Amino acid sequence: MHELVLPQLGEGIEKATVAVWHVRSGDIIKSQDDVVEVVTDKATFYVPAGAEGRLQEICAPAGAEVAVGQVLARISPLEKA
Amino acid sequence: MHALDLGLIDFMQAYSLQKDCVREVQEGAGERILSCEHPTVITQGRSSRPEHLLVGIDQLREQGIPVLNIDRGGDVTLHTPGQLVVYPIVDLRRRGRDLKVYIRLLEQAAIDLLRDLHIDARRHPPHTGVWVNDRKIASLGIGVSKWIAYHGIALNISPDLRLFSLIRPCGLDVRMTSVCDLTGVEMDVDWIKQTFTEHLFRLFK
Repeated sequence: MHELVLPQLGEGIEKATVAVWHVRSGDIIKSQDDVVEVVTDKATFYVPAGAEGRLQEICAPAGAEVAVGQVLARISPLEKA
Repeated sequence: MHALDLGLIDFMQAYSLQKDCVREVQEGAGERILSCEHPTVITQGRSSRPEHLLVGIDQLREQGIPVLNIDRGGDVTLHTPGQLVVYPIVDLRRRGRDLKVYIRLLEQAAIDLLRDLHIDARRHPPHTGVWVNDRKIASLGIGVSKWIAYHGIALNISPDLRLFSLIRPCGLDVRMTSVCDLTGVEMDVDWIKQTFTEHLFRLFK
């Protein structure tokens, strides 16, 4: 299971607010897909999935304030045929 | 890094062009600075609140002013002819992956340009943007995808400032100002565009 976390966005930036999820639970996603926008001050930052798989669970819904390193979502590997 | 003057261009057309540029820079093409003016449009960033629109959307549409929700940080703002809008498309992986440092750089370019015009402009912490005394002259809002920054900064040269009464700019009770408002002089927009771009080139090095 891959945990998508809020990355470091700069010195002194300790948190951000989840603005928009561009995927839903159950969606198949690729590593480079921009899956969620987080907002801090005057910047919106697209967080990429970071792993290929199926979006299992959104842990921080739109509107949630999250700390750097906090889990945004969990991505499970695709089942092998 | 090169500069592209888009002239007077519809906001969504410029936005589409920005997205193309972001993809190109992501794939290794050169960074670029787009500058332009927009026909009057109100844009709402990701931190916008509906009550910061002081006039109904229908009424604005009747006046020919679209209201657009877009993927940039910040609250509501207005673009109109006479306002220089600059969209640097730059790779923040080469600049420390720091959103705050980048925003401060855009502010500094505006401050340096205004100093060239003998206008004492400053930051006004904790607010983002560029101010002359208690009036705001430049607003910022950026988007970042795969660490490529887009959107940017809007600097008031000689816009119709009355239009800002349609919104609560950036969600603040603030009076907007412009170069023309402060100096009483109609400036050469092309000179300002070029000089602003030169300051950005210098700061990006």
